[in-house]
Amino acid sequence: MQTVLRWGRSLFVALALPVVLVTLWWVLSAGSTNYYSPPLQTILTTFGEVWFGPRLVDDVLPSVTRLVIGYAGAVVLGVGLGILLGANRTLRRLTEPVLEFFRAIPPPALIPILFLFAGIGDTAKIIVIVFGAIWPVLLNTVEGVRAVDEVLSDTSRSYGVSGWARMRHLVLPSASPQIIAGMRQALSISIILMVISELFGSFNGLGFAIIQFQRSFAIPEMWSGILLLGILGFVMSLLFALFERRSLRWYHGLRRSQRGEK
Amino acid sequence: MSDPTATPTGRTALLDVAKVQKTYTGQGRTVEAVRDLTFSVGNGELVCIVGPSGAGKTTLLKVIAGLLEPTSGTVTLDGTQVTGPPPSMAVVFQEYGRSLFPWMTVEQNVELPLKQKKMAKERRAELVRDALEAVGLAEAHSAYPWQLSGGMQQRVAIARAVAYQPQVLLMDEPFAAVDAQTRADLEDLIRSLWHKLGVTILFVTHDIDESVYLGERVLVLSSSPTVIMEDLTIDLPDERNQLDTRSSPRFAELRHHVYEQIQLAKHRRGGEPAPAGATGASAATTPA
Ligand SMILES: Nc1ncnc2c1ncn2[C@@H]1O[C@H](COP(=O)(O)OP(=O)(O)OP(=O)(O)O)[C@@H](O)[C@H]1O
Ligand SMILES: [Mg+2]
Repeated sequence: MQTVLRWGRSLFVALALPVVLVTLWWVLSAGSTNYYSPPLQTILTTFGEVWFGPRLVDDVLPSVTRLVIGYAGAVVLGVGLGILLGANRTLRRLTEPVLEFFRAIPPPALIPILFLFAGIGDTAKIIVIVFGAIWPVLLNTVEGVRAVDEVLSDTSRSYGVSGWARMRHLVLPSASPQIIAGMRQALSISIILMVISELFGSFNGLGFAIIQFQRSFAIPEMWSGILLLGILGFVMSLLFALFERRSLRWYHGLRRSQRGEK
Repeated sequence: MSDPTATPTGRTALLDVAKVQKTYTGQGRTVEAVRDLTFSVGNGELVCIVGPSGAGKTTLLKVIAGLLEPTSGTVTLDGTQVTGPPPSMAVVFQEYGRSLFPWMTVEQNVELPLKQKKMAKERRAELVRDALEAVGLAEAHSAYPWQLSGGMQQRVAIARAVAYQPQVLLMDEPFAAVDAQTRADLEDLIRSLWHKLGVTILFVTHDIDESVYLGERVLVLSSSPTVIMEDLTIDLPDERNQLDTRSSPRFAELRHHVYEQIQLAKHRRGGEPAPAGATGASAATTPA
């Protein structure tokens, strides 16, 4: 009973503001005659018509596929390189200036160049996502790997935990709070770059569809696309929060006990 | 120590520490933590090392454990020079809170080193269960370390070392952060494990009473840069208990003697000549 009540309360707290905002939007836009901001009711009706049709496969699926591949690529490369650089001081110092330079380039600026080399297909778009999203993962992994506790490291050595076992049982778990923080930042960057990469030279995708609607003055359709993007981002971060809660349960417990709460 | 194969308690030497010196260098600061340490530990012996804070006890233990390279001198275990962590050695660190993996349960913490030994699953489970039972933590196997009290965490670290079945067990002030009652219990636990397993134990502490109560031998270290001030044989009966042993007149004498040496040690560094009455590194004096 207690838990049900608590759940109900936190659900209420979480949903209160969104409900208020949507209601406000609904009421204020109802009967709107402004061509550029149609009533929410119209947008929602259009939403079903537009996205639960062929566009689901033609636009949403390609976007989400590129997002998932690009994001996964950024995470795998970022963690891999991060471990390498974090564990090797010389390598780190050697690559630091170059990495800082690449990091400073805004990924959208790469789009024209990439399109010259990789065409306007999926590859170029995935590269843009990887290039933009890799940095927080890479840098956080380097920091996490460097910060492995000295006593734990000595403990591992004296018990013969070395090589791959050391990576799996010591380095990765110990760096996981930082790695996951980097992954969270990378997720929102990936979604942004997914859209941006579809705005130029593209023949499918969510960003492509939205721009197309805008150019053909299909305003409710355009709004519904933006709404869908919002929902996509929200679902992604919800899934991520679930993943984080599961994999960092020990970390949050440790932090709570260090703060003296049980 | 003219006879290199025997120790003051008359056992064959298992561990030989010869002329070990360790100087830390870095950031324009050099610290000579350990100046010149030479001693042997016999097979199955329980030796306590006492010394003032900062005397280099942890440094010495890390050198013996093969975790730190000495600036000069050698450590030999069972005839083989130690150049890296030997597989037959287990260490219980001073900072117990940082030596357990917080992402693993108690059971997983104890089991990990056994997995590295490529031990069969059933055998691992058995050793883990026995070790946790021996330290009185059978119930806590699926808890995470941070859910346990300090004393319990330290017992997990001890269980992990015991399950590993080492030939030599190194312990660095393992009871520094636990309350008096737990501490007394843990001391008795160490002695009973030692009796049961026949393991060689090197036990670092700065508690004089503890060193006398636990040890067969007590090595007293000077302040840094460190030398051995005294190598004292503890001739108390083998069966010890907190009440009788600690109130025996012989315990008081030994305790008094070590206390005196420590007082001297605080003021005397390795570089200075031995004051009258203390005979320095090679002495195995027994107080009258
Ligand atoms: N990594 C290091 N770099 C430089 N100096 C160090 C390092 N580790 C220890 N020292 C110095 O070496 C000396 C001995 O340190 P050590 O930790 O071995 O002493 P200890 O006897 O274990 O002390 P305590 O009883 O407080 O644990 C100290 O002066 C310390 O400052
Ligand atoms: Mg110490």
